[in-house]
Amino acid sequence: MREDLLSAKTVGIKPSGIRKFFDIVAEMKDAISLGVGEPDFDTPWHIRDEGIYSLEQGRTFYTSNSGLKELKMEIAAYMQRTLGVQYHYNNEIFITVGGSEAIDLMMRALVNPGDEVLIPQPSYVSYEPCAVLAGATPVIINLKEENRFRLTARELEEAITDKTKILVLPFPNNPTGAIMEKEDLEALAPIIEKHDLYVLSDEIYSELTYTDENADNVHVSIASLPGMKERTIVVNGFSKAFAMTGWRLGYACGPSLIIQQMIKIHQYCIMCAPTTSQYAAVEALRNGAEDVRMMRESYNERRRFVLHMLKEMDLPCFEPQGAFYVFPCIKEFGMSSDEFAEQLLREEKVAIVPGTAFGDCGEGYLRISYAYSIDNLRKALVRLQSFVNRLRSSK
Amino acid sequence: MNTLKERILTIIEKNSRMDISELAIVLGTEEIEIVNALQEMQDEGIICGYHTMINWDKTGIEKVTALIEVRVTPQRGQGFDSIAERIYKYPEVNTVYLMSGGYDLMVILEGKTLREVAGFVTNKLSTLETVIGTTTHFILKKYKDHGTIMAKKSEDQREIVTP
Repeated sequence: MREDLLSAKTVGIKPSGIRKFFDIVAEMKDAISLGVGEPDFDTPWHIRDEGIYSLEQGRTFYTSNSGLKELKMEIAAYMQRTLGVQYHYNNEIFITVGGSEAIDLMMRALVNPGDEVLIPQPSYVSYEPCAVLAGATPVIINLKEENRFRLTARELEEAITDKTKILVLPFPNNPTGAIMEKEDLEALAPIIEKHDLYVLSDEIYSELTYTDENADNVHVSIASLPGMKERTIVVNGFSKAFAMTGWRLGYACGPSLIIQQMIKIHQYCIMCAPTTSQYAAVEALRNGAEDVRMMRESYNERRRFVLHMLKEMDLPCFEPQGAFYVFPCIKEFGMSSDEFAEQLLREEKVAIVPGTAFGDCGEGYLRISYAYSIDNLRKALVRLQSFVNRLRSSK
Repeated sequence: MNTLKERILTIIEKNSRMDISELAIVLGTEEIEIVNALQEMQDEGIICGYHTMINWDKTGIEKVTALIEVRVTPQRGQGFDSIAERIYKYPEVNTVYLMSGGYDLMVILEGKTLREVAGFVTNKLSTLETVIGTTTHFILKKYKDHGTIMAKKSEDQREIVTP
C-alpha cells in the first residue's frame, strides 16, 4: 500500500519519543530502568479483591455509557472532599478508559478547525497529537526552569490569539514534577476569563503533591477558583493515585454542556469503561485513602533520596513537588538529551528517558522516575554518578 | 508517638539495614534527630532488636518449627505472667503469646529435629506444674512471614520505559 493513501493527518503525527527510546532499551536485557511512568506498587489487595468479587458475581456486562452510578457518586464525593468543588454525579461526571481518553474527548468535543490549543511543555506526550487529530492547531508554550516549570500569566498572555480555544494545564507535571500553587492559578484565572478560554486540567497526579511537611495533600485545582468550574474539564483517574494503571480507568468532571458532548463520542467509540475496573474503583474511593497516604509518603522519601544523590553528583535539578519524577539538567556536558541517554544506556546500562520525549524544550534535561525501591534507585544513581564523573574528567 | 518516630519504624520494620544517614535523607531531617529517636525507642523498649529474615528451607540446614498451644492454670496474684516467664526463659523458645480463645499460651519453638522438639514438650513444658495440657503443631512450609512473601521472588512486571 502507498503511504499517500493513508490519512495525511495521522501520517503527519510523530511517533512518541518514548517509543523510540524503548526500542533501544528493549535490546539490552540487564539494564536498570528509571524510565517508568507508573507506580511500582501493586494495586492494594482490597481493591483487587473487589474486582475479583465482581467477576465472581457475574458482573460482566456493559455499564451505562457514562459509568456506574455508584462510582460517579463516589467521585462526586471525592471531588468535594479533595478539591472542594461540587459536581453532580448525573450530568457533570463520567467514566473513561484512563485519563488519556478524557483528554482526547475534551479536545474533540470543543475544537473547530483552526482553533488553537495551548500546550505547555515539557509535558505528557498525548496532548499535541490529540489536538492535531481533533483538527486544532497546537500552540506550544515552553516552560522554563527559572520559573520552576510553572506556567506564568505572562507566558499565557503572550501565547493567546483570537483563535485560542483551550488551555491545557498539566499539573502536577509529568516529566518535570512541577506543580501550580493556588496563587499561580489565581494569576491565570482572569486571563482565561478575559479571553473566554476553556481549560483542560489534567490532574492525574493530584494525590502526589509534596509541598508542606504537615499537610496531607495540598493539590489545588483551577476548577476550585471562582468562575473557573464552568470553563474547566478536570481529568483524573485511578492509575497513579491507587496504582491501577492496567485497569485503564479515568474520569472527567466539568460543565454538563461539554460532558454531554464528550459522552456522545465515548458512547460511539468506547461504549463504556471496563466494568470490573469500575467496581474495583468504587472500593478504591471508599476505602483507599490510607493506601494513598502510605504510597505518597513512600514516594516523598524516594524523592528526597534522589534529590540528595543528584546534589552529591553536582547535577543541577530544581526541586519538584509533584508526581514521581525529577528533571535534572545536563546542559554542562554539551550533548543532546538523546545522546546522553543513549550513551548512559550503552555504558552503564541505566535507562533514563531524555527530556526531549516531552517536547523540544526538554532538550538538555532527563526525566528520572522514582517509582522504584530505594535499593533500585541507589544502584542506578551510583552508575549515573560514575558516568557523569567520567564525562567530566574526559573534558 | 511523633510522626518522625512512626516513619522511622515503618521504614526499618521492612528494612533494618537502612543506615542513619540514609534515614535522615529520606525523611528530610538531620542525622542527630534520627540517632536520638532510635536511642529513645531502644530505651523505651519499642525497638527490641534488628533481626534478619532467613528462609532456612533454602539453606539445606534442617530446622523444625513447632507451634504449641498450652493450657495452664493461672496463678493467684500473677495471672499468666510468671508461667509465661518460666516458658520464655528457655532459649529454644522463640515466641510466647497470651491468647484469647481455646487455650492460654501460644509457644513457638525452633529445634533441629522433631525428636528435639518432642523432648522439650514432654520433658520440660508438660512437666511444669501449672501446665494442664499441650497440643503441638509442626509448621510444614512458610509462605509469608513478617509481611514478607517467602514462597517466590517478586519481579518488576512493568514495561521498561513508559510515558
